[in-house]
Parts: sequence; C-alpha cells; structure tokens
Amino acid sequence: MRDLSSLPKAFPKALPIKKIIQETDNVKTFVFEYDLGAEPGQFVNMWLPGVDEKPMSVAYCDENEFWVSIFAVGPFSSAMHELKEGDKVGVRGPYGRGFTWKKGEHLVMMAGGYGAAPLYYLTRKAVEDGCTVEFVIGARSKSHVLYTERIEALKNVFLHVATSDGSLGVKGYNTLILEQLIKDAGRGKSFREHCGDDTCEREEVDFASLNRVYACGPELMMKSVAEMCLAGGIESEVSVERYMKCGFGVCGQCSVDGSGKRMCSEGPCMSGADALKIEEFGKYHRDAQGKVHEF
Amino acid sequence: MNLETEFLGVKFSNPLVVASGILGVTGASLKFVVANGAGGVTSKSIWLKEHKGHKNPVMIANEHYMLNAVGLPDAGIEKAQLEMGKYMENKPAPMIASITAGTIDDFGEIAERISELNPDIIEVNSSCPNVESELGKPFACVAGDVAKVTKIVRARTKIPITVKLSPNVENLVEIAKAVVDAGADGLTLINTVGPGMAIDLDMRRPILANKVGGVSGPAIKPIAVKCVYDVHRALPNIPIIGTGGITTGEDALEIIMAGATLVGVGTAVYYRDVECFRLIAEEMSRWCDANGVKNLAEIRGVAVVR
Repeated sequence: MRDLSSLPKAFPKALPIKKIIQETDNVKTFVFEYDLGAEPGQFVNMWLPGVDEKPMSVAYCDENEFWVSIFAVGPFSSAMHELKEGDKVGVRGPYGRGFTWKKGEHLVMMAGGYGAAPLYYLTRKAVEDGCTVEFVIGARSKSHVLYTERIEALKNVFLHVATSDGSLGVKGYNTLILEQLIKDAGRGKSFREHCGDDTCEREEVDFASLNRVYACGPELMMKSVAEMCLAGGIESEVSVERYMKCGFGVCGQCSVDGSGKRMCSEGPCMSGADALKIEEFGKYHRDAQGKVHEF
Repeated sequence: MNLETEFLGVKFSNPLVVASGILGVTGASLKFVVANGAGGVTSKSIWLKEHKGHKNPVMIANEHYMLNAVGLPDAGIEKAQLEMGKYMENKPAPMIASITAGTIDDFGEIAERISELNPDIIEVNSSCPNVESELGKPFACVAGDVAKVTKIVRARTKIPITVKLSPNVENLVEIAKAVVDAGADGLTLINTVGPGMAIDLDMRRPILANKVGGVSGPAIKPIAVKCVYDVHRALPNIPIIGTGGITTGEDALEIIMAGATLVGVGTAVYYRDVECFRLIAEEMSRWCDANGVKNLAEIRGVAVVR
C-alpha cells in the first residue's frame, strides 16, 4: 500500500484569502497563509462552491504562504476576481510533477503571457541554489506583462521582454530572444543593458553556456522552444496542460495520445524531448467530454 | 503462479481489469493501464450521442473511500469508435466496451453501433447512481427494466454481454436472475454504492458539484464481496466480474473466493497509483504459491456454502 499519510490530498481545504494583489487590469494574485508544500511547476485545484473547480499553477510557495495568479477569462476566474480578502476558497493539492534543476546552472525561463507566474517561483528556488537566470517574457502587449518588478528584484536574474505589438521590449515572439541567447552562449559573450532614468547603456559581458531552458505558456510556443533546444543540444522542460478533473491520476481525463500518460501525475512538467514524443503535443487537446480540439 | 483466466470465452493474462470510468477516456490511456499490468480493460461508458458530465469537483477521496459524480461524460459513438479504435489496433489485452443510454431503445442502438468496433465483451451500464437527477432511478434497480435493457442489447449484438448491477437494491439476486433470463452471458458486480454525500464544514456545502456521488474504495469491499457471494450462490454457472474496493492481492482473492472470475480494479489507482495492477497480481501469485493454489479455478467460489 501507499503509506496512507502520503496519499495525494484529495479533499478540498477551505482557506481564507489573506491578501489580493492587482497585477494588471485582468490579473490578480491571491495569497493564502498555508504550508502547501508545492514544488515549482505543481498545481492546486481551486473550488468555489456553486461555481466550479479549476487547476491553477502555484506562483510562489514557502512554509508560511502560497500565491496563485489568476487571469479573469471565464466564469470561474471572474468569480475569483470578485472575492475579497478573508473570503474562502477550497484548495486541494499540490498535484503533478514539478520542474527540476541543478545547483549553479545557467537557466532560461520562457514565459508566454501568464506563464511568468509559475516560472517566477521556479526562478526564486533556482537562484537560491546558485543558478543564474535569463527570464524571457513574451506577451501580446505591455498591459499583459506581469511580475517584472518581482523578477528584477532577484539577484542573478536578467529580464528580457518581447511583445507582439512592440509596446514593451523586442517586437515579436519571445523565441526571437531565445534564439539570440543561444547564439550568445555559442560565442560566450552577450550584452546587458543598464538603464538609468532616461538612458540605457549596453555592456558586453561574458556569457556562460545555457544548461536548461524552461517554457510555460501557449503550447505552440513551448513546442518551438522544445524544438529549438533539441536542435541546439540544450536540455529543456515544459509544462503540458490538459483539461483536468480529479487531479490525482484516476479519471483519465488528462491522458495524452501516444504514451497515455496522465498530465496531472506523470506531468505537467517534463523534458521537452519527452513532450515532443507526445503525439498530440502542439497539435490538439481534449475537452471535458473527451472531444478533440486542434490548437 | 499463472494467473491466466478465461471469461466468456476470452483469455485474459490475469483477472485484473480496469473498471469503467477509470483511466478510460482514450485508447492510449487504456494501453497505459495494460502496460502497468492490467489483464484487460473496460472503456468508459459510451453513449449514442454526446453527453455532458457534471461540473467539477467530480471526484474526491480519502483513506477510506472515494466519492465520484463524473456523470458519464462522453463525446458519443462516432468519436468513441475513433478513440477505442486506437486501442483495438495492436490491442495489448482484451477490451470490454461499456455502453450506457437514457432509454431502452437507445441501449439497443448503442449495442449495435459499438459492435462494429468488435470489442471482446460488452458491459451494459444501467446502474450508475450519479445520473439519477437526470435519468431517474437507474434501470438496474428494477428487475423488469434491466431485463428489458438486456433483452434489447442481446437482440442487437452477437458479442458476449455482461450487465453491471447496482448494489443499491433489496433484491439483487432476483434482478440478477431476470437479467440472465433475458440473455446476459455474465454479470458485473457492483457499481458504486449510495449515492453518498460529503459536506465541507467551512463552506457549509456538499463538495461534489452534483452534491451526491457513488461511493467506491476500501469502504465498499464487504458489500461487493457479499453481492458476488449471494449471486454466485444463486447462479453458480454465470461468470462474474467482481469489483468494488479491490486494492490488494488479498482483496482480489477474497472476491474470487466469493465467486468472481474477473476482478475489476478502479479506486485502487488512487491508493496505490497505476502500478496497482502489477502489484495486486504479484500479491495474488505470492499468496497462491504460499498456499499451494495452482490455478484460480481451485478457489473460485470456494467460500460459498450451499
């Protein structure tokens, strides 16, 4: 038997919201005072009675509190946005396999949109382990970029931004930045910008080879990242999300074609090489009835 | 020990089959279960047309039991033929296709359509306790109704059929006899118990979105063992898939001693993860070796006192 005390927590626990932080027009971070014990890349199922229950990735966690950042996009997330500090949310988990890293590595975070939140948590843990991090955010526009101040406040973390409309950082996809970082690692040199109030200075610095690239965001972005890394001989890890119900590996809702592995249990985090072996990765996913939808 | 088991003329490498509704949304998922040691698989229940399940939360569990009201979501027979078709190509173990419907006529239609896939066995699910608010009392709770369902399915397919029955009745043996008289080749005992309910104290609300759900897991094993025992005693020649809270090799042997031929495993995936199939099979072998049992037929129904 599994040790019964180590069974996945499969009943929700009602937790009061300690604090709500408005991140952007459409994103709020909910802080809960609770020792969740989540690793970076793991998720929780959040329950609002009479509304719904949804999986949400953990944006930060220590022994005192954890955070979840939520984009108001549908009925559940909109209902979350109407809550006030002190209101209760049912939480069960943490579930799934998180990201992995080694001490002292040079890492790249490829955040697509709100993927910045879980990668922020990974970055904090990796930096504690002596890693250096290139944090690359890609978003539709400036108003969809979040967590920049928190990221910039971390030591040995360098922020890079790309927006589709060019309203912040490089214009285009964040993979343009990854391409440049891979080239820079190849020649061992890169540029760092130091910005004052008005002007920015470029300084050429030594640039260590990249050990690992993480991607979290739209699946087509993650697929590009996994392919670029495979071609460049760099390890990568991605987070493959599928419609989830139970969260603890029983219902089969989030099983992917090919291996049949469950994204709530054998995933969501896995190597880019393993993700590329999933038949449906970057192609299609299934809804609550099991119907296939293309990306 | 060799755990090979024959059920309705179909050979299984071991008697452990994944129960309907567990890891059965896709063909790939069912193959994953076989790779983890299952002797056979049961698909999720397939409907003629698309059927929405319940909202989340649909499944909660603790050390004693699981409560589920997934609500039989399905994309309908056309999609199921594609999904289960992927399993049927290079089929690694026998397929039991579970079918369900809201009317007796639809049971006939879905039986015919699923037969095009050529599954090894068809399991008729008219006993799910968590679609009651939608469909009313399950057919399997009334002997006359479930016999009608069985009769129409029998008329529309040549594939062996097993009918899954509900424990939530007073006259299980009478219902079992009616189903066998109507043409069932085998029986699957039992569907989940209840329905039951769990309330969160802080929220002051039932946790499942459907409020009620079927109870499974270790807590219901004694009920499953008794149901199999009673039915095997009354109908000794009708093969049974015994299911309900089977979590260890000892549990599986217990329900076989009550009269089961195959053993359905579902909630154990929560208690021991997906490798539960391999672990349960190993434990069965170990017990049999230690107790001089050479094949499972020796102990099948051995506990039943006539």
